[in-house]
Amino acid sequence: MPSDSDKPVGPVISVQDVCITYRTTFEKSPTLKDAVLRLGRRERSVREVEAVKNVSFDVPQGSVLGIIGSNGAGKSTLVRAIAGILPPTTGRIVVRGKVSTLLALGVGFNAAISGRENVLLGGLAAGYSRAEIADKYEEIAGFAELGDFMDLPMRTYSSGMFSRLAFAVAVHMEPDILLVDEALSAGDAKFKEKAAAKMAELVGQARTMILVSHALGTVRDMCNDAIWMNKGRLMIRSEPQHVINEYTRFVNVGESAYTLEDV
Amino acid sequence: MSNAAVLKDDYLGEYHVYEPHRAGLPPIRPYFRELWRRRAFAVELAKSTIRSTHHDTVFGVLWNVINPLLLAGVYYLLVAIISQATQPSDYFAHLLAGLFAFYFVAGCMSGGSASVTSAGRMIMNTAFPRMLLPLSAVYIAFRKFLPTMLVYLAVALITHVGVSTTALLAIPMFMLLMVFGTGMGLLLATAQVYFRDTASFLPYVTRIWLYVSPVLFYPDAKFIEKIGPLIHLNPLYSLLGGWGDLLVRGDLIPAWMWIEAALWSFGTLALGAVVFMSRERDFAVRL
Repeated sequence: MPSDSDKPVGPVISVQDVCITYRTTFEKSPTLKDAVLRLGRRERSVREVEAVKNVSFDVPQGSVLGIIGSNGAGKSTLVRAIAGILPPTTGRIVVRGKVSTLLALGVGFNAAISGRENVLLGGLAAGYSRAEIADKYEEIAGFAELGDFMDLPMRTYSSGMFSRLAFAVAVHMEPDILLVDEALSAGDAKFKEKAAAKMAELVGQARTMILVSHALGTVRDMCNDAIWMNKGRLMIRSEPQHVINEYTRFVNVGESAYTLEDV
Repeated sequence: MSNAAVLKDDYLGEYHVYEPHRAGLPPIRPYFRELWRRRAFAVELAKSTIRSTHHDTVFGVLWNVINPLLLAGVYYLLVAIISQATQPSDYFAHLLAGLFAFYFVAGCMSGGSASVTSAGRMIMNTAFPRMLLPLSAVYIAFRKFLPTMLVYLAVALITHVGVSTTALLAIPMFMLLMVFGTGMGLLLATAQVYFRDTASFLPYVTRIWLYVSPVLFYPDAKFIEKIGPLIHLNPLYSLLGGWGDLLVRGDLIPAWMWIEAALWSFGTLALGAVVFMSRERDFAVRL
């Protein structure tokens, strides 16, 4: 519960000694057959994942924080916790401002209904009113450059069109804080440029951003602050080039065409 | 909108604190406040789901009336013609009233069970009270139920059963049915996340449940006495029995029937809500 002592201005995002564990199964879809087979083999299907361990950091307003690290380092889990999707197991996260999320590709859309309906549904789920969404609709449709496709079911969209619409929705809802997870591969080169420009514009308006990416080049170019996470722990926090150097030395690959590429 | 205005505007819940859930439950009051504020989402989700179901059929939304008519025809054949026993004159109206209410509950259950797992990507991307998803399924079931009442009214008039003023009391009984259906939807939505076979078992469970509920028979049928108090273990005995007696016969039902129906429905809702809310943090990592 918010208490008055937390109200005075401080960092926009404050992550305080946060641990996130969850129990999950090995199977993608738990079914009866698998359950019976496992019982026969006396295996336990549930396993505890300690995705984030004692992580603390603050993000001041207007900064662009990049989070890098290997697969399974807990980056996505941490960002989901900041978005309020996965509450922490211990510790606490304070977020001041309106959050917009772009987590995982092709996010939040129902392929059976049109792009227009999806924009409305996504906006309503995120807590916007019909009027607010209607206000932004033209801008979103214009930015995504989907033309007549907006009124077709989304199963007719290419994956690039999917990502373009997702990006357009996330950046046009006037967020104070934008959380982006691996979603910059949206569309073609031209759209990528447009997306980067839009994000720079948001930062120019003193909005805050967290960017999770494996594309170290993107982090270096777009962020002014960076975190490297490894196996759930925060390794270092510093300016992006330094963090990237430490990380690449750690994984012993060095900066190469692959790590800098926007994948 | 200037940035200063955004900061002042607390309409969107600008200040969030995320802390561990106590006893697995999210903070209750903010949860239900957000749930209420985003009710338009549940309605819109239901509407777009209904639109997309009949999107590529010739009859389109007319299916909402054709379905109950066909259903009525099938059961009329099954019971009135094949069994050859002489039934009371209000039997067909009773059968339809029970069937339509039963299919409403069944709709809450099947829709609810699929609601969370089919919303996978939305759950990964957006923080919102997940309970909106099964509630949307209840709304869909209700929208499908409404036209069936027109079919019922037509049959009640044609078969000279008529509609008495007591039938108005069927409305609060239907509300109890809705409360019960919501509870079942919440339970099944949670079960489906952990156990994906739930939705496959469901049609068979539903079918059996139909046969043991007072739909094909009257709640005061002779054989009920042989079953004894066990019949009260079926929540739909009081709920559907009361519904049929009020709507079709226009009889005032005894107080115990109201109490039993209320206990079953609110008990199921309370259980469903607690189970669902205590597990919903898990949904984002289980899908």
